[in-house]
Amino acid sequence: MKMVVCHVTLLDGSQFSCEVEKRAKGQYLFFQVCDHLNLLEKDYFGLSFKDNAEQRCWLDVTKEIKRQIRNSQWQFVFSVKFYPPDPSQLTEDITRYLLCLQLRQDIASGRLPCSFVTHALLGSYTLQGELGDHDPEEHRLDYISDFQFAPNQTKELEEKVVELHKSHRGMTPAQADAQFLENAKKLSMYGVDLHHAKDSEGVDIMLGVCSNGLLIYKDRLRINRFAWPKILKISYKRSNFYIKIRPGEAEQFESTVGFKLPNHRAAKRVWKVCVEHHTFFRLVSPEQPTKTKFLTLGSKFRYSGRTQAQTRQASSLIDRPAPAFQRTSSKRISRSLDGAPVVNVSDYSQADGAGENSPALELNSDSKSQQVEVMERPNADAATSITSETAFETDGAGAPQRKDLDKTQEDVLKHQASISELKRSFMEATPEPRPSQWDKHLTGSPATTLRLQTHGVPQNTPPRPGTDSRDASKSAEVKPEGNEVIEVVEETVVIEEVVKAKPKSSTPEASVPVETEVKEERSLSSDSESEDEAEYHAQPPSTSISTQQIKEEPEEEQEAELSQQAPPSAIESQPSAEAADPGPAAEEEKAAQPHEEERTDKPLLTPDEAPNGHAPQGEAPPSPQTAAADEEEPHIVNGSASRVETEHLPQVICCSEPPVVKTEMVTISDTFAAQKTEISTKEVPIVHTETKTITYEAAQLDGNGDGEPGVLMTAQTITSESLCTTTTTHITKTLKGGQSETRIEKRIVITGDSDIDHDQALAQAIKEAKEQHPDMSVTRVVVHKETELAEDED
Amino acid sequence: MSGFGSFTHAVVRALPQSLAKEALRTGSLEVDLLKAQEEHDKYVSVLKHRLGLEVVELPADEALPDCVFVEDAAVVCGDTALITRPGAESRRKETEAMKAALTELGLSIVEMTDESATLDGGDVLFTGREFFVGLSMRTNQRGAEILADAFKDYAVSTVPVQDRLHLKSFCSMAGPGLIAIGASEAAQKALKIMQQMSDHNYDKLTLPDDLAANCVYMNLPSKGDSALRLLLQVFEKLKDHMLIPVSNQEKVKVDGALTCCSVLRI
Repeated sequence: MKMVVCHVTLLDGSQFSCEVEKRAKGQYLFFQVCDHLNLLEKDYFGLSFKDNAEQRCWLDVTKEIKRQIRNSQWQFVFSVKFYPPDPSQLTEDITRYLLCLQLRQDIASGRLPCSFVTHALLGSYTLQGELGDHDPEEHRLDYISDFQFAPNQTKELEEKVVELHKSHRGMTPAQADAQFLENAKKLSMYGVDLHHAKDSEGVDIMLGVCSNGLLIYKDRLRINRFAWPKILKISYKRSNFYIKIRPGEAEQFESTVGFKLPNHRAAKRVWKVCVEHHTFFRLVSPEQPTKTKFLTLGSKFRYSGRTQAQTRQASSLIDRPAPAFQRTSSKRISRSLDGAPVVNVSDYSQADGAGENSPALELNSDSKSQQVEVMERPNADAATSITSETAFETDGAGAPQRKDLDKTQEDVLKHQASISELKRSFMEATPEPRPSQWDKHLTGSPATTLRLQTHGVPQNTPPRPGTDSRDASKSAEVKPEGNEVIEVVEETVVIEEVVKAKPKSSTPEASVPVETEVKEERSLSSDSESEDEAEYHAQPPSTSISTQQIKEEPEEEQEAELSQQAPPSAIESQPSAEAADPGPAAEEEKAAQPHEEERTDKPLLTPDEAPNGHAPQGEAPPSPQTAAADEEEPHIVNGSASRVETEHLPQVICCSEPPVVKTEMVTISDTFAAQKTEISTKEVPIVHTETKTITYEAAQLDGNGDGEPGVLMTAQTITSESLCTTTTTHITKTLKGGQSETRIEKRIVITGDSDIDHDQALAQAIKEAKEQHPDMSVTRVVVHKETELAEDED
Repeated sequence: MSGFGSFTHAVVRALPQSLAKEALRTGSLEVDLLKAQEEHDKYVSVLKHRLGLEVVELPADEALPDCVFVEDAAVVCGDTALITRPGAESRRKETEAMKAALTELGLSIVEMTDESATLDGGDVLFTGREFFVGLSMRTNQRGAEILADAFKDYAVSTVPVQDRLHLKSFCSMAGPGLIAIGASEAAQKALKIMQQMSDHNYDKLTLPDDLAANCVYMNLPSKGDSALRLLLQVFEKLKDHMLIPVSNQEKVKVDGALTCCSVLRI
């Protein structure tokens, strides 16, 4: 096995290095670090690394390190991931000490703002903890210059710190740490993970994810807050991040609030952080992929570690004498060694040791058990990671609810002033450029249903040379111009293997172009990788598709957009809502339709410009967990998608859930109008257009793309036509890290009127694709359906 | 929250003669200056004698008809005093005497120098754990931002105030974790917003009259829990408190509420 040396920066600033196998998973390294630190309550911590864009990302312990860091250095930072709201409930002092170190960093860097007085107070506890009692002889004023208590440290502050330090005489290091934490936890920004974003009007805001929920800041002011119980679903699409809000008492419908993040990755990052925080702090246990819908998030990515409840339970079993450790801040290592510091340590150990004595260490068993858990999780995680949709369903699910605050808050929610503002702004802001026709997806069009089945032979190969799906969609839209009467429904279904579509759309009249994109991807050479993933296959949810999948393939990007919103009853629902729009706004519009309470936000998944369309898969796609989602929202896509086995593609399809896909309804009526206008710019003439896009993305076996962009070796395009189908095949071969990968992307345009069984045609097309390349796997299927409806029908 | 309400000092300011005619008001009521003076004296007396606070009395300034309402000129929390920039142009100079007095008390002073910012202390509700700042005719976003900068330890949430002069025209803290709130629609709406924005749970005390929801709560070691109130409709809920009714009828005519007349420090 190839070994790699990992460098981990610890909280005290020191470096820890260890060798790991090149293919080691994150947990291996994480456990090494925790062992080194003698840390048992490790669930609050994590390892992070900087990605190519210099953004800090959390290392997923269930996945291979190499795939996550890609080309970056094997450099990590050990830090607190989940800030315990009440540090006094931590079991061990060593855990509290590490939390203190993290907070000192947060404070010194300015991430955790606090007043002068608080800086002084916290600084004084730091001194007491690290140096022990103030010693006039030893501690002249300059003894503290080595410490950084605040971003801008003044002499005045230092004097105040010393003054307070003197008052802590007799306090043990552990007590000083506890006091430090008691004060730090009250700070309003304690444990708040901030992300830059913009509201709809393009105004800079910050999204703060914390143990209680999501906070919205504008400058320093809190302008809104969404407690977890109020949030039904969290999703992202491209660079937009959405939360679906539970309706307040007086409200009938759920609403969706969107935010614009700097880019797709940022959107995905904030989404993941939300999913993790929600699970960790609000759930009793991570959702199980398959069962218990009630605890499910509905998204495929899940937090796989222990929740706070579980970790507390586990911690309560910790039975070891308090481990001795040295409190040495990195800034002043030398100091701590003389005089006072030593005393501290000894004092400390005595004090603590006294309290809890149990000689026998059950550490081993403990740690083992932990590991076991971890091990099991991988599967689940894997599955989770796949998720594309971010449906976060907190509620119905029965997640533990706190009725108290939250209830009252529900009312508050109505406080639409700010919310609606956000919404509005969001919508306005969102107009996204449509890269290609693929991008236009749905508006919640009710009528159309696509059914993708694997089998079936592609019957038609018709005659429209050059038309690719894009063209098709264009054509569809164009038509409307001619007739005001027509509604165009576009459905895009992205399916890797499975696509569920609703039964046929009711809007048959106009020509319904169905675009199906089947993308097959397989890395031939990466056997080893595929094997690893193979394990996951066993479990449906477990697809190992990781974030990594996000590749950077330009072409796919467009597709990535696919929003998988298939409106279930769309047809019945009012047409008005349906406007095709590309941007997120469109989705919200859908919401506009009242009846359907359940919206599928799946669309959010979209991978952004990033790498390939695949990117989204990691999170969006088919995860078993989706089940939960189903309850509330029928996500066709997800349900079906769940399997990623390469060879079983067909089966996957079968998995699909009920054919009906529900559309999200956003209650914001204004939006609709807004969207329309947007749309109109492109396709002015279209009066009624329904577009549906369903995307299925299979978990990918290969590390594809993740690590290395790869070198394009060859590319070719073949077009064939049959009666009503035009198939365009792009074959791309790339060389990645010594392995060659062949990607075949097919675009099949099925054109025809209602008489054609589009589902059948699509199924056949997919099946044929598989038959042609038996050794490859289908990673993604996008069904994009446009339907033009006569207005009369309305 | 244990220390919430434990004040040691109060800053008040005498009534100017000009109050009767020139003070800003939303209504058009005549003020009986004599009666107003009596009420104010009683108020100060309660602070001083009944509650035993160190009361700093600033002299009136005839050029500043609203100067008795010192609350708007400063926000004090912990060791820091934020000298505001009142929303009403005619009141800007009121801060000068206040700044001097608070400096004298040893507070660290933060001034609001930004010309685009306005903030009236009457729009600032400090609950002991966080601030709510009403965005009203007198207070704007920028003013709230500066307040947030001055008190970094606390979350500062903004609350739109409609149909009322100030946020505290219909609410105040009536105890640790207890918000007194008026029954009016505007008040209830604001309360909901505050509840949504907060990570904390507050008890609420709903009073039929918005003005009654404006009270001064103090927790004085020597006096026990006490609350200074104008109207006492809902005593039952305050059983544990010693209620000290204080009449404020005349000043109400110029939109002066109880909290308006003092700046308290710990």
